[in-house]
Amino acid sequence: MQLLLESGDFLARLLQQCANGVAKGSVYALVAVGYTMVYGVLQLINFAHSDVYMLGAYFSYYPARWLGYMPDGAEKPKVPLYVLGLAFAFAVTACACTGMLIERLAYRPLRNASRLAALITAIGVSIFLQNAGQMVFTSEVKSFPRYVDQTSVPLGPIAVANTSLIIVVVAALMVGGLHLFVQRTRTGAAMRACSHDMRTARLMGVNVNATISLTFAIGSAMAAVGGMLIAMDQPRLTPTMGLLMGLKAFVAAVLGGIGSIPGAALGGLLLGVAESVVGTWNTTYADAVAFVALIVVLLVKPSGILGKAGREKV
Amino acid sequence: MNALLETRLLTIRFGGLCAVDCCDLAIAPGQLFGLIGPNGAGKTTVFNMITGVYLPSEGTVHFDGRLINGRSPVQVARMGISRTFQNIRLFDELSVLENAMTGAHQHARINLFDSLLRTRRHHREEQRQRDKAYRLLQFMGLEDRAGLPAKALPYGHRRRLEIARALATEPKLLCLDEPAAGMNTGEKAELAVLIRRIRDELGVTVLLIEHDMKLVMGICEIIQVLEYGKTIARGTPAEIQRDPRVIAAYLGGA
Amino acid sequence: MLRTAGILAAGLAAAFALNLLVANAIPPYPALVINLCGISIILAVSLNVINGLTGQFSLGHAGFMAIGAYVSAYFTTTLRYFDPEAARYISQAPLLDGLWGFPLALMAGGIAAAVAGLVVGIPTLRLKGDYLAIATLGFGEIVTILLANFRQVGGTKGLTSIPGHADTFWIYGAASVCITFSLFFQRSTFGRALIAIRENELAAEVMGIGAARMKVIAFIYGAFFAGIAGGLFAHLMLSISPANFGFMKSVEVVVMLVLGGLGSMTGAVVGAVILTILPEALRDIEREVNLSGLRMALYALILILLMLFRPQGIFGQRELSLKLLRRLVPGRRKESP
Repeated sequence: MQLLLESGDFLARLLQQCANGVAKGSVYALVAVGYTMVYGVLQLINFAHSDVYMLGAYFSYYPARWLGYMPDGAEKPKVPLYVLGLAFAFAVTACACTGMLIERLAYRPLRNASRLAALITAIGVSIFLQNAGQMVFTSEVKSFPRYVDQTSVPLGPIAVANTSLIIVVVAALMVGGLHLFVQRTRTGAAMRACSHDMRTARLMGVNVNATISLTFAIGSAMAAVGGMLIAMDQPRLTPTMGLLMGLKAFVAAVLGGIGSIPGAALGGLLLGVAESVVGTWNTTYADAVAFVALIVVLLVKPSGILGKAGREKV
Repeated sequence: MNALLETRLLTIRFGGLCAVDCCDLAIAPGQLFGLIGPNGAGKTTVFNMITGVYLPSEGTVHFDGRLINGRSPVQVARMGISRTFQNIRLFDELSVLENAMTGAHQHARINLFDSLLRTRRHHREEQRQRDKAYRLLQFMGLEDRAGLPAKALPYGHRRRLEIARALATEPKLLCLDEPAAGMNTGEKAELAVLIRRIRDELGVTVLLIEHDMKLVMGICEIIQVLEYGKTIARGTPAEIQRDPRVIAAYLGGA
Repeated sequence: MLRTAGILAAGLAAAFALNLLVANAIPPYPALVINLCGISIILAVSLNVINGLTGQFSLGHAGFMAIGAYVSAYFTTTLRYFDPEAARYISQAPLLDGLWGFPLALMAGGIAAAVAGLVVGIPTLRLKGDYLAIATLGFGEIVTILLANFRQVGGTKGLTSIPGHADTFWIYGAASVCITFSLFFQRSTFGRALIAIRENELAAEVMGIGAARMKVIAFIYGAFFAGIAGGLFAHLMLSISPANFGFMKSVEVVVMLVLGGLGSMTGAVVGAVILTILPEALRDIEREVNLSGLRMALYALILILLMLFRPQGIFGQRELSLKLLRRLVPGRRKESP
């Protein structure tokens, strides 16, 4: 703390950290949305979600690398913007399909089994994807080519990286769009019906299986976008990159109130900011912030900031 | 009056709904007390407030002269109120005998190290619980099922086991939540005899929620009728049967 | 009580005999696997008291193990100096010198872990199912993050040159004590109370069973033996680092339980042995085809298939006994009408 005060304007540094935290938190929010949606519908912590995020980064890495070309004398490859867009579209589609496939193969047969069996299966799928990823992509760190030049955008007293701005804008658009989709459309209503009471939803003519598949597809697509944004900002890809991100994104979902999309966004932002602020003091303790926050929230308000508490019928 | 259990103006609201409104109960020691009313009248909710499962919004519950609302289900159980559940809640993976033994757990005067080291106190305690549980199984006519897992019991026996388990806590007051639900006429008659014997032979005061009028009128000494959370009548079975509001509640709504 | 002493003595004697065998007739690598099996048994059996009997889903067992490992290794490693005259390490704490040093260090690790169990157990009481799993997972992560930040215990590098006190005798001696106590726990009024809480918590409370207290007791008990297992692990592997006790370690122990059948003590033992040997066997395959990641991918696949086709595990909630064996022998089963 002393150091901070001496090194200049403390308030400006704090603001700067908050801005960085918002960018980080946006990615948490994108990944957290997938956890919160699946939990809302199936009451399952989809551990494999974090690995879909990892796949999203890799699925955009390969086409982006292959499609780029190296101009004479340039230090980095160039790529037309629409090609990059295609690569990203491929990654999103591939992840959405992976998400649906996981649900179809591993979770659907267990839908009526104990929650514990489903939870352990989810952990199993996660370990599988991580290690299959290691087999296919190798554990060597991959650097995502820097297509976007990182520049600093002055924003009042602070400066924000342009990639951070892109992250925040994309995440806000996606989460906001998803919220509108779930609240305003017929399909969204079906999703809400399933999360409220799956059996009744089925009796009311909702195609439960299709709705759950869609939930996984959307959640996975959001995670893929998160993976791509992170790959663009901090270009270090490993098959285990999802582990910590997944845990933290889940914490963000619990923080905001599990089952609630605005809650996931809020939880993600809060967590990102809290981590960045603690990170100025000690970077490794920043990782502990999420878990301390988790335990505190679970003790004080287990239903999260925006969640609703249920009551057991006696 | 020196009541064993007395509730005053007991009220609970769930959101805007007043599920139980100013319920006054007074049960004398040794009484067989019936609480009846149409579906959704709030009978089980009264049970839940008495046994500490729900916290009343207003009002008081006195048991044995002590104020007990606000206490946890465990504390209430240890003061001597035991209960059964409308939706049977047995410990399915334990045997019938072990289910009844869990009721005797609260009176165990040993600690974990006694059991880990298998001291003499441990063996004495096991013997005490087994004897107690077995006697109660005999009382409820379940002794030849003692070794079966509870989940293997037929429905009527499950209800009886729940009562045996509740009795193993050595309660002063036993609250039975629709013990005859789902039973046939013969089983109901046997149950009526058993409930009366619980009071007569074991000296336990009984508070009974029941839908079956014949059963309630046959064994209860005092009956109180709830409708929409409010008490509409209280009296002996004969009085209740003549009460116009009770007749209206049961026939008018149907 | 006499019988208990007899059973424990028999267990220690068996451990002693096994130690002679392992030390004299078994090559180092299989011997290491045998010893790791013993440690896994302690971990799985102790976690079974929390997850199996009480039905609490703890995903933080590695955190307790880490505390036990670090505390006991701290006692035997950091609190000593090399005495050139005696040509050996002398402990700064006189009590920890000589024959009793190691068991005392182990106990210290176990007690430290038990205290952590109390600290974790009380606040997380209100949590159930997934939420408890996630909170205990968070606890485990916090432990490793904290350890990585303490320079006194080597930070991310951890502790090294720990004396190799843990031989087969200590490991299997501790395992037999753990199994005996856990079985006695299960078959007592306290074990029935735990199962009652698992089966129906509200009904247990209405029976006057203090669910909160019993859960904390289960947590403390499980954490204590996890700490002992950690201490043994440290003095077997000779070096430990926070990475040894991550989330995956906790998952491994849970999987052992689930494979054997959650709630079954003998199932926990069998699950622990299978899942300690299996990855080692898969390691050979992985080396053969030279594809890193294959081992754990296969491991995960087995886990998923197990959940899909036999979610109750090998034994379900039953215990392996002579009676069960007889029933499993084909031809002698009584046909039900």
